[in-house]
Amino acid sequence: MADSALPTAPVPQLAQSVRDRSGVRRRLRYYGEKLGGSLVSLFAVILTSFFLFRIIPGDPVRTMTHGRPVTIEQQEQLRREFGLDKPLAEQFWSYLTGVLRLDFGDSFQFNRPVTDLIGERLWPTVLLVGTSVVISAALGLWLGVRGAWNHGSLSDRVNTGVALTLWSVPSFWLGLILIVIFASGAGWFPTSGMESTGVEGWERIPDVAHHMVLPLVTLVAVVYAQYLMIMRSSLLDEMGSDYIVTARAKGLRDIIVRRRHAVPNALLPTVTLIFVNLGFVVFGAVLVETIFSWPGLGQLFYSGLSVPDLPLVQGLFILFSAAVILMNLLADLLYPVLDPRVRP
Amino acid sequence: MNGLVWARRRRTAARFWSQFRQNKAGVFGLVVLALFVLTALLAPVITPDNALSVTRPPGSPLDGPSADFPLGTDRSGRSMVDMIIWGSRVSLTVGFWATFISIAFGTLFGILAGHFGGWGSSLLMRVTDWFLVMPSLVLGVALAAVLGRSLTTIIVAIGVTSWPTTARLVRAQTLAVEARPYIERARALGGGHLHVMTNHVLPNVMPIVLAQTTLMVGSAILTESTFAFLGLGDPTTASWGATIQAARDVGAVSSRMWWYILPPGIAIVLVVLAFTLVGRAIEGVLNPKLRERR
Amino acid sequence: MSLLEVDDLTVTYRTAGGDVPAVRGVSFALEAGQKLGLAGESGCGKSTMALALLRLLPRTARYTGEIRFDGEDILTMSWGRLRAVRWAGASIVFQGAMHSLNAVQRIGAQIAEPIRLHSKATEAEIRRRTGELLEHVGLPARRADAYPHELSGGQRQRVMIAMALACDPKLIVADEPTTALDVMIQAQILTLIESLVAEQGISLLMISHDLSVLADTCDRLAVMYAGRIVEEGPAAAVFGDARHPYGRALAAAFPRIGDPASRRRPQGLAGDPPDPADLPSGCTFHPRCPARLDHCDKLDPRLWPAGDDARAACVHVLPDKGLSLVAKESA
Repeated sequence: MADSALPTAPVPQLAQSVRDRSGVRRRLRYYGEKLGGSLVSLFAVILTSFFLFRIIPGDPVRTMTHGRPVTIEQQEQLRREFGLDKPLAEQFWSYLTGVLRLDFGDSFQFNRPVTDLIGERLWPTVLLVGTSVVISAALGLWLGVRGAWNHGSLSDRVNTGVALTLWSVPSFWLGLILIVIFASGAGWFPTSGMESTGVEGWERIPDVAHHMVLPLVTLVAVVYAQYLMIMRSSLLDEMGSDYIVTARAKGLRDIIVRRRHAVPNALLPTVTLIFVNLGFVVFGAVLVETIFSWPGLGQLFYSGLSVPDLPLVQGLFILFSAAVILMNLLADLLYPVLDPRVRP
Repeated sequence: MNGLVWARRRRTAARFWSQFRQNKAGVFGLVVLALFVLTALLAPVITPDNALSVTRPPGSPLDGPSADFPLGTDRSGRSMVDMIIWGSRVSLTVGFWATFISIAFGTLFGILAGHFGGWGSSLLMRVTDWFLVMPSLVLGVALAAVLGRSLTTIIVAIGVTSWPTTARLVRAQTLAVEARPYIERARALGGGHLHVMTNHVLPNVMPIVLAQTTLMVGSAILTESTFAFLGLGDPTTASWGATIQAARDVGAVSSRMWWYILPPGIAIVLVVLAFTLVGRAIEGVLNPKLRERR
Repeated sequence: MSLLEVDDLTVTYRTAGGDVPAVRGVSFALEAGQKLGLAGESGCGKSTMALALLRLLPRTARYTGEIRFDGEDILTMSWGRLRAVRWAGASIVFQGAMHSLNAVQRIGAQIAEPIRLHSKATEAEIRRRTGELLEHVGLPARRADAYPHELSGGQRQRVMIAMALACDPKLIVADEPTTALDVMIQAQILTLIESLVAEQGISLLMISHDLSVLADTCDRLAVMYAGRIVEEGPAAAVFGDARHPYGRALAAAFPRIGDPASRRRPQGLAGDPPDPADLPSGCTFHPRCPARLDHCDKLDPRLWPAGDDARAACVHVLPDKGLSLVAKESA
């Protein structure tokens, strides 16, 4: 770009519109690329799930029925149902079209379409995971900002230590410990399920919230550390930057420098991480949901694993992966909004 | 390699250690790790022969702590102390092997992609992206479900799903190293691809791989315990995760047998935390930007 | 009374490896409307000086001495008073405007920020003032909506200058204002700073590694080496007839503008500037000095009158080359 000290003439209308059009094209291209990348990844996931469950073990029916009393006739029946007598390409095509129609077949143990099961269990998981992400992000970011600002202080060291320790805790174990504490003893919080029987109408909201406390605490405890560490190191990086010195030189109070200049910049990498994590946390809920009998997708996945109920596991595998891909895509789309430098 | 180079490497190592020593948390982690490794190595010596026997267990099932069994017994009557000691072998084995696979693949592909560039590199990175996007636990669980239940499956599952992170890191580092002038010189002097990669790039990439390795062992151990808890491990190995799962199965939770649930979990936390602390300390030494400033 | 009087200022960084003196007893005065140039190699303490003037150094820095700005001591004033002096009394044009501007804020907002803080202007007035400032430095007012990365290096530096002028300060400290720019733009920016400062009667403290740039712009020059001023005087005298061998080397080097090599090491001068944590004995310059005498590693000379209105810290300007001082000390 040329540096001109001359007073600039008004930009001709024509030039302006040409620039706009190329800007639009660039933007479309950016979004198109991101969207295309996600679709490729999604296709790869579908491909993987097909081969993983059908090709690697040799005979999927034997894998599916492994360890279960099944007659030869039943096995044959299953083979026909899966179309395993047909050529591979044809099998894949029917599988692919099925997945695209959101048809993952019928679950073995429930004898119902996997899609229906997923539909029923989706909302409890979204509720639990969504709430946990909001809380752990808020907690992690807040503590991370405080830690970076007073870094090296006692409270910073304690906070970092606690966060790293909690990060090292297996979530299922923490859940069990919480149950041991609250199950027969105090009885302050329910340790199983999502709601009590016989509770109707508006009463259900506090009831569900009450049931959610322990699973929520478990999820938040093992997840927030990541946000804390990222926010802390990212803010530490920003605090050494020149523009922070500029802001202080302007006579701003430290707290304003932090709020208006350092934190918005430090948030950029953190927000991406939160989004990317969101997809993974859905799967992370498998253990917590299982421990607390929370009727969500995670528990469904666990029950599918222990049978093993392959159509169910397969469907959830695709769903979980799709969630990660979707969140990555959202992060990619959101980032330019937050950071003008990468705006296409 | 000549003596001059070795002398320089030795000095670098000495400087590394003197800086590492200043990180108290890192030293603490190192001590904890040393203790666990020692325990794992000595397991056959410090526990009785029938420690893991289900048919001839040393005690009666589900006893609370006593003089003979400081942490009580499990559902088969085995001493919990011995279970924890033997469990450290499983955890460390899985942690090290899974990390080895992951680091070996990650370093290999990372250096190749960084060194050669071109369409092969883009393709490789595309594959990495794809692995990154797939929730590794899901893929691991699916792999484990498909390949059958054994320790090897868990190792492969963790290793195969965690190499992309390393690959990306190594590739970035390779690109940075190859941009330095001495690589140009090595090329001008007739160094082939292999020479440049093994003699120049690898030694410079290793430190960052080392930090990554230590952090990864921690998370591999955590993943292993998760897999074991999900019942995907070998039912006959006394892994910590499997012990917690067994405790849950016999109702240790509702009957509050704390000695059955607490120790394996604490062991996991200690080992994972130790690896994390050591990894962060190494990272801090290698990347002064991360070191505490101002 | 001078606008700015620095009296025996020292700045010491406390690090894990011990105290590191970055500025070791610097004194100078700057009159209202005067332009002073501060020259030296990287690491000689000149940027530390710039930040110290408004107490902007990190917490590990310890100050002694006095910095009197408009009669008040910056080092002992309350935080509230200090914040009021910052930018409204003295503002800074930093080097490398890319990093000195907040990348995710529009430049208009960044220029308006100190105005809003230090005056009671209404939003409409602030917006008008921001536009005026931009036009003043040769940018169209509508560029206020731009983000820093959308501007060229020179334009960003213009924004920095507009920002520095925002609150009508009495003093502007320009820390390597043209270092990251190419030659043509450098000249433009220097001319701009010079004319604005002259127009509004603002005092200027300009810091650079480039003595020739300073000599063009400033009335007086000071040369820093290893945390001290080793030569000081009217611009023409220092540039044309430096008395300290280091000042001579800097002036003779005529560093090529924009060449990083000449920034680090003036031509014809061997060696690197000393490590502040491990300074040589005696005169800190003696290991590199082309005109060193035998007793230079024993005597640490202070500034001494050297010609008309100029001072230098070198044994060569001392009576009998400082030999009597050495004798007195060893006695």
